[in-house]
Amino acid sequence: MTTPETTDLADQAGFHHGVVPDVLHTEPAAAPVKFYQVGSFAVGNRLLPLEVRSVQSDPNRTNALTSGHRACQGCGEALGARYALDAAMHAAKGRMVAVNATGCLEVFSTPYPETSWRVAWLHSLFGNAPAVASGVAAAYKAMGRDDIRVVAQGGDGGTVDIGFGCLSGMFERNDDVLYICYDNEAYMNTGIQRSGATPPAARTATTQAVGDEPGNVFGQGKDLPRIAMAHEIPYVATASVDNLHDLEAKVHRAMSMKGARYIHVLVPCPLGWGTASSATVSVARLATQSGLFPIFEAEYGEVVSSVPIRRRVPVEDYLKAQKRFAHLFSPTRRDDVIERLQAQADRNIRRYNLLPQGDSPEQPDLTDQPPRHDPAFTSQTLPTAAEETSH
Amino acid sequence: MRSQMEGSMAVAKAVAACRPQVICAYPISPQTHIVEGLSAIVKSGELTGCEYVNVESEFAAMSVAIGASAAGARSYTATASQGLLFMVEAVYNASGLGLPIVMTVANRAIGAPINIWNDHTDAMSQRDSGWIQLYAETNQEAADLHVQAFKIAEALSLPVMVCMDGFILTHAVEEVELPEQAQVDAFLPPFTPRQSIDPDDPVSIGAMVGPEAYTEVRYLAHDKQMQALELIPEVAAEFKAAFGRDSGGLVRAYRCEDAETVVIALGSVLGTIKDVVDERRERGEKIGVLGIVSFRPFPLAAVAEALSHATRFVCVEKAFSVGIGGIVDSHVRMALTAKGHPIENYTVIAGLGGRPILKSSLHTMLDRVAADDLERPHFLDLDRDLVEREIARSRSERRSGPSAENMLRDLGAVRATPV
Repeated sequence: MTTPETTDLADQAGFHHGVVPDVLHTEPAAAPVKFYQVGSFAVGNRLLPLEVRSVQSDPNRTNALTSGHRACQGCGEALGARYALDAAMHAAKGRMVAVNATGCLEVFSTPYPETSWRVAWLHSLFGNAPAVASGVAAAYKAMGRDDIRVVAQGGDGGTVDIGFGCLSGMFERNDDVLYICYDNEAYMNTGIQRSGATPPAARTATTQAVGDEPGNVFGQGKDLPRIAMAHEIPYVATASVDNLHDLEAKVHRAMSMKGARYIHVLVPCPLGWGTASSATVSVARLATQSGLFPIFEAEYGEVVSSVPIRRRVPVEDYLKAQKRFAHLFSPTRRDDVIERLQAQADRNIRRYNLLPQGDSPEQPDLTDQPPRHDPAFTSQTLPTAAEETSH
Repeated sequence: MRSQMEGSMAVAKAVAACRPQVICAYPISPQTHIVEGLSAIVKSGELTGCEYVNVESEFAAMSVAIGASAAGARSYTATASQGLLFMVEAVYNASGLGLPIVMTVANRAIGAPINIWNDHTDAMSQRDSGWIQLYAETNQEAADLHVQAFKIAEALSLPVMVCMDGFILTHAVEEVELPEQAQVDAFLPPFTPRQSIDPDDPVSIGAMVGPEAYTEVRYLAHDKQMQALELIPEVAAEFKAAFGRDSGGLVRAYRCEDAETVVIALGSVLGTIKDVVDERRERGEKIGVLGIVSFRPFPLAAVAEALSHATRFVCVEKAFSVGIGGIVDSHVRMALTAKGHPIENYTVIAGLGGRPILKSSLHTMLDRVAADDLERPHFLDLDRDLVEREIARSRSERRSGPSAENMLRDLGAVRATPV
């Protein structure tokens, strides 16, 4: 991984100074690496130049979230948090503390006297992680220890719902905190209840697959990355655990800046989504490659880059891979609902320019086709949770 | 230096003299003048090494204080009323984490009906939150208590709430001798946290504790409060030695030596009660006053000691436990039962939502106490006719409407609309 960028945009200017800097990043945090090893987008890290190798491949990485924790098999949040915090520690040269909201990540990592955290770590409540992080940052500033960087993290419930007021306040004050949301699209810790990040039609314990309109309703929910952008904070990015190289690069870029920064990471939950624990990365990839979860960066309220879809898939491939959408296919196929979800993906593709060549799902761009036995591109080949447990 | 100033400004200056490193503030009447004063003190550069954070809610205010204190910074906030209730989850969290935050509560009633004036319902709702609660009688004591509060909090790793009556103290201009900076610096050493979040010593703070140790953790919270029973008088004595003023401590007795009747109260109403007691003393009544400064920890032994010669006590309370009655009263009875000295007692609920506590009303009430003719609990100056009319209305009509509005119409406080 490259060393943290030395360009400190926030020091040049910033919205909090009343001026948007003249120089925003023009290149994405991670340059796309176009070669594959074993039929996936996973880059053969050993073949890369040293400076762009992943932090995770570094034997001297922090192991911020180390082994022994109690996350479920295939937990996307554990995967995302490990990469994100190791990258943040790398960028901060070890001078970093983490504030954690209540939720799966807090519970599975730390019942006293055990802890999987190899970083200084503070948990207070479900809804106050951004404010606690603001307090930590204010304390270090007051004590003249502003070499220490502060990262806060939480799930989608702690971020888009119960912690939203504190998060917006932290953004608005432009406090020097990087907040990372690990979005698995429902309250998984309490047993898969709907959150403000649950997508339409998804089945949860409180939006069950019953009635005329089974699953979560359309027209609700928050697009928090865009809400974060509306605060005109220095940096907002989305990322997904299907592209950990990109996640690491975005954490590095965020850590190179000062002020309030926000990264929203899609982290599939095998339990809540009804996917095989081996399918976490693949199903995340279907989310990004369908356009349902756009991957982009924004600075001071403006989108500065997006990661193009490499081989577009219809949303149906993504939906079929998950039991939480099973009611869209059985007993009656709900083409009307699938079309509405496809329209959402299409809108994302337009909004973030995810298909610069104007590709369509009917005519996939074959110039960049991965080897044919990549399981990520035919959802039919993905094992379902039921199949996995029957093994 | 003695000078005339508003209570809020005295507190702001006393807090600033304690050199807090993080102040977080969200405005709510009647606390606003305190945080406004501190804002000016920090922004003008008078207080350096301090971050003043304007937060978006009281929940955030307490949460910022939690983060700042956990990072090792001396942290302060102030609130009142709805604000205190809005931050409750974080209030409990701060004490559970053992963070020595100091918070002023400018005591105010709780809605509905919304009411901005003074009583103790807000702070009393937090009596089980694990915080130490000190109640100031005067603006001088309010200022002094903050200096002591930081010392007590940091010695025990427990947060301290300094309660001062909203408007009656916060907005009153009185002569106050401000603690001098050099004196405060000598009295209050820099804050050394017991544990802090620090990359040089990466620990996990705030993790889950199950049934195997939760009881012991809670016991230790109680034990710390018991330690505070020892420490609070020590700090008050040390304060007197350094500043020459009697402020703080657990309880303060006034003319109690031979008193048969002792009136017990918290906060600014003690001044009015002392005047009433002086007048009754002149008439030969053996009556005294016991002011409770420390409501948490509750000084059972000190209260029992102060009442050891009394034959009855009267608790004048600015809050009550709906559905049972007096709060302070039940504590005092516990103190006396423990000493095997149960005596006649009366609860008087007074001053709710800013209703003035008049000397004449107190005299009438105490006359009835002297005749052992007072209902329990007694609501001082309750307009019983007004209440009875509303009770009758609600019994006769299903859709009788909002009681608060009905009673104000009956009073003629709002213009009656044609039916």
